Amino acid sequence: MPGLEDLYREIILDHYRAPRNRGELASPPAVRAEGFNPLCGDEVVLYLDVEDGVVKDIKTAGRGCSISQASTSMLSAAVIGKPLDEVRQLTSAFKSMMSIHESNLENETETSQDEPGTVSSDGVRMGDLEALQGVVKFPVRIKCATLAWNTLTQGLDEAAN
Amino acid sequence: MSTLAPKSDFPLLSREVHGKSLTYLDSAASAQKPEQVLRAMDDAYRTYYANVHRGVYTIAEEATQAFEAARRSVARFIHAERTSEVVFTQGTTASMNLLSYSWGSANLRDGDVVVISQMEHHANVVPWQMACERTGAELAWIPITSDGHLDLSGLESLLQRAKVISVTAVSNVLGTINDLAPLVTAAHDRNIPIFVDAAQSAPHQAIDVQALGADAIAFSAHKLLGPTGIGVLWARQSLLEAIPPFLGGGEMISDVRFDGFDAAPVPHKFGAGTPPIVEAVGLRAAIDYLSALGMDAVADHEHRLAAYAMDRLQSELGERIKIFGPSNPSERCGVISFELEAVHPHDVSQVLDEHGVCVRAGHHCAKPLMRILDVPATARASFYVYNEESDIDRLVAALDAAHRFFV
Repeated sequence: MPGLEDLYREIILDHYRAPRNRGELASPPAVRAEGFNPLCGDEVVLYLDVEDGVVKDIKTAGRGCSISQASTSMLSAAVIGKPLDEVRQLTSAFKSMMSIHESNLENETETSQDEPGTVSSDGVRMGDLEALQGVVKFPVRIKCATLAWNTLTQGLDEAAN
Repeated sequence: MSTLAPKSDFPLLSREVHGKSLTYLDSAASAQKPEQVLRAMDDAYRTYYANVHRGVYTIAEEATQAFEAARRSVARFIHAERTSEVVFTQGTTASMNLLSYSWGSANLRDGDVVVISQMEHHANVVPWQMACERTGAELAWIPITSDGHLDLSGLESLLQRAKVISVTAVSNVLGTINDLAPLVTAAHDRNIPIFVDAAQSAPHQAIDVQALGADAIAFSAHKLLGPTGIGVLWARQSLLEAIPPFLGGGEMISDVRFDGFDAAPVPHKFGAGTPPIVEAVGLRAAIDYLSALGMDAVADHEHRLAAYAMDRLQSELGERIKIFGPSNPSERCGVISFELEAVHPHDVSQVLDEHGVCVRAGHHCAKPLMRILDVPATARASFYVYNEESDIDRLVAALDAAHRFFV
């Protein structure tokens, strides 16, 4: 049975207690994207300054549980200054890390034996984001972790239009 | 310092999670079931199960007798004048949908007003919003005071175009026991009906529908030690007779022709399809169990636990906890919603689970109330007949641990 230490890794608690890139950007020119998790009442707001195909700046707001807010903070640190194609790759790698495959549910040892690495299966550098992998063992909390990333996708789509 | 009902009557309460004995503090969401209910249902399936009504053979007759005995048992439990006023539904939500659809389609028109309150469960909000969309009626909301009571100071103006009042007897979030008498009087002064969501009150205090004076009440079996899948709509015979059926199908007709149908007399008019037969047997066993404890004793037990919990939470956690709802424990049933400083309710619930303590976290299907309280969610502990002071001690210790973990 997964323990609390799988869910609340120290790096996650650090981002929760001291969230990075909190604040607002004037919108426009920045894009403002908002995401809600109706189940928990988690709320994530992202301000994205996209210029010349690069996430030049990002600020975050909102409130919610430690997982949703830490994930938002970690996202902001991971995408700031990155070209859009890398951000898209990271988003897709993160979402696939957070998807529950049946083998994970039926055979928990398979995932728990995975050493926290820094590179995802499709070769994308995950860095600190790997710490959120433990959330997969707590299925009701997965939406908390993916909320910021879904909001980011929504914001980037808007910025592209 | 003890439970009201023996813990040993409830098989589930003897299990462990994460190596800890289970402390179940989520009875406001659903109660655990005593052996007596489990055995009654098992016995029904094993010895006299068949579809009810219309069967001529022996076990069909026995099943019908048991099903109708459950209806009489409910009628006695709520002091209904007539057994035919008791309609079995799937639960409170289904009862409210029946009322808002059938009563609403016969009575609501463009510009009419439906009065509900800001502390309603979605089951007494959304069906009315749907009825308003169908009919052009509007909702008006009774506000709440800072202490978590209904604020009736502006009732006169709220009632100006009102066609019905539909309110909860007990808040599933704040635990507030509402004084319904002024609302019943106000409704009847205007010749409009008042419906009561009794989902939280039926498990916790005696109900006398004749003394209450409301025109309909709704509750679920699963919160009062009974099974899921069955609930009750009680309404005055005249009201049930005056409104159209809700679901059509078998059992609810007295005749079906090529050019139409005639509805069966109440309550069968609202009993389309095979009813929850064994669930009715379970509900009756739950009512017997609670009646043996005595509903006044149940209410006293909850007040005592609520008082103990509020005292312990405040003395042990002090500024670190904010409790919502009435500060006087005698004004609430055994439901306590709270916010732990700097820890989101979902994180509270997650850490408590590690200690074997089950509390609910979320909006409790009361999003309008969450907006008034200005919180996205709360954590909620609720107590029932199988809880005792030591359960609350474990809650307090686990909350202290949760706070230390995050802050």
